Amino acid sequence: MAQEMRVLLPADAEDLTSYQGYTNAGGYKALEKARSMDRLDLIEAVKNSNLRGRGGAGFNAGMKWRFSYSVDTDEKYVICNADEGEPGTYKDRILLETVPHRVLEGMAICAYAIGARQGYIYCRGEYPFVVEALNQAIKDAKDSGALGDFEVEVRMGAGAYVCGEESALIESIEGHRGEPRFKPPFPPVTGLWGKPSIVNNVETLAYIPLIVEKGSDWFKSIGAANYPGTKLLTLTGDVVERKIIEVPTDVTIRQVIYDFGGGIRGDKNFKAVQIGGTSGGFIPEELLDTAIDFDSMNAIGAVLGSGAVFVMDETRDIVDVVERIAKFFEHESCGKCIPCREGTKRMHEMMERINHGQGTGDDLSNLERLGLVMCKACLCGLGQAAPAPVLTTLNHFRDEYKAKLN
Amino acid sequence: MKSDYTEIIAAYKEKPGGIIEAYHALQRAYNYIPEEAVASAAQAFGMSKAEAWGVATFYSYFKVGERGRYIIRICESAPCHIAGADKVVAALEKHLGIKMGETTPDGKFTLEFTECVGQCQATPVITINCKPYEDVTPEGVGEILAKCQ
Ligand SMILES: Cc1cc2nc3c(=O)[nH]c(=O)nc-3n(C[C@H](O)[C@H](O)[C@H](O)COP(=O)(O)O)c2cc1C
Ligand code: SF4
Ligand code: FES
Repeated sequence: MAQEMRVLLPADAEDLTSYQGYTNAGGYKALEKARSMDRLDLIEAVKNSNLRGRGGAGFNAGMKWRFSYSVDTDEKYVICNADEGEPGTYKDRILLETVPHRVLEGMAICAYAIGARQGYIYCRGEYPFVVEALNQAIKDAKDSGALGDFEVEVRMGAGAYVCGEESALIESIEGHRGEPRFKPPFPPVTGLWGKPSIVNNVETLAYIPLIVEKGSDWFKSIGAANYPGTKLLTLTGDVVERKIIEVPTDVTIRQVIYDFGGGIRGDKNFKAVQIGGTSGGFIPEELLDTAIDFDSMNAIGAVLGSGAVFVMDETRDIVDVVERIAKFFEHESCGKCIPCREGTKRMHEMMERINHGQGTGDDLSNLERLGLVMCKACLCGLGQAAPAPVLTTLNHFRDEYKAKLN
Repeated sequence: MKSDYTEIIAAYKEKPGGIIEAYHALQRAYNYIPEEAVASAAQAFGMSKAEAWGVATFYSYFKVGERGRYIIRICESAPCHIAGADKVVAALEKHLGIKMGETTPDGKFTLEFTECVGQCQATPVITINCKPYEDVTPEGVGEILAKCQ
């Protein structure tokens, strides 16, 4: 049976929440070490570890840092993305609640590497208690001198899913509506207030001190070769144990559901699992032996995304769930670009019609056509990924749609 | 005593991009953003009124105009949806005699939908003034409401 592997999360008996607890366990030593290194060597070490972003896009963190490093300017920013809006996801909250200083240390290391003095943590508005704890952690780390001249400020999101997208997040910190920017230029070069800005996910940043301390080779030896390390997953839906787990990235979806999650509730059979949050694809039984790493998931037309694992048993109505998801995207579309603003609305309309027994075969082909257009024509990842639940269920669970047609 | 909204806003004036933080502070004090405060924020942050309105209305966490003292939000994201969020909605509507989106006549409770609030370890989830309640059942709703005094 596959085993959990706790690297980021503290062991059961360990309390790393407070500054004292964290430093007693060797915390902030990695920052000291990083600051004694040549900045390019440090970036090279992060790059060589092949740590890929845990926020959904899977970009090599060291490579991203290198872009900002190379820009010669006085002001640069490190931004921790704690917006965590993807339904079914709460791993960043757990990290910020249990190892806040690990995240702060990761930010400080990044700041040193790229040459920034100011950091921001953009934390979702639904977590006011996390914001409070973070402000305390920042104060403790500042008072003790551990952060040196690196300043960190927490900014709160306000219930807009799209603000997890890095350029929308930056707009939001600037005090604007959270609408994504046209790219390029990308944030590492032109970000917050037009300055080079590294936006990294909480989980990505939490890994940095560990990689600096234990080395790139240690990190590379864990999990899948092309997406090494562990990954936090949050299990929801019809799985016996609804909980957070940390596993090496080479475990399979089946192991996640059956070994770690204890299988399906109420001795029912499995029907589908949606991984990566609400924008992830639906995965049927025959693909459960796929490994969860970024590339393996992409290869089956799914995503690892945020690491949300939403399990549905045999009694669940796929079309009904997808209608609910389509409403989510209509609501969360920021409205800046037409393919998404119009597309999510029409997609929801069609899903509603089908779910209420009034759909026709034309609706199915129109959904597919619209979905393909949105994947290509939408400005940001929200609109591009919105059709995935519809398209993957039309692919794997078409009979359920057909059974509801007029 | 509610503090004056211009004072609340002024505390964030020097913060670059601080209007969103100011709106949060207003909501902490009033539970909503008073309509007149939007114009005041526009002035403080050197924006047009239209821009300040644009920001206030973009974010679903903000509400311009009065709301109840207890804001009850029900998560309707897929994990909560299949765990029976609709039954919790029905129970809340029945207990309070109002529909989703409405406020009770005594100004005590407001019912709102929300997407995932990040407490999906125990679905369905509701929040009351940001505090999460987990594994909510239709039967348990009365007891939770009784605590709002
Ligand atoms: C609609 C949308 C929502 C997103 N939400 C989040 C989020 O909540 N947290 C996050 O870290 N990344 C989110 N992302 C990805 C970010 O744009 C960005 O890629 C990420 O923060 C980069 O950090 P990483 O390289 O460490 O993963 C989202 C992207 C899109 C398109
Ligand atoms: S794809 Fe949707 S969310 Fe993204 S910019 Fe366009 S309208 Fe806004
Ligand atoms: S899905 Fe309801 S709290 Fe996350």
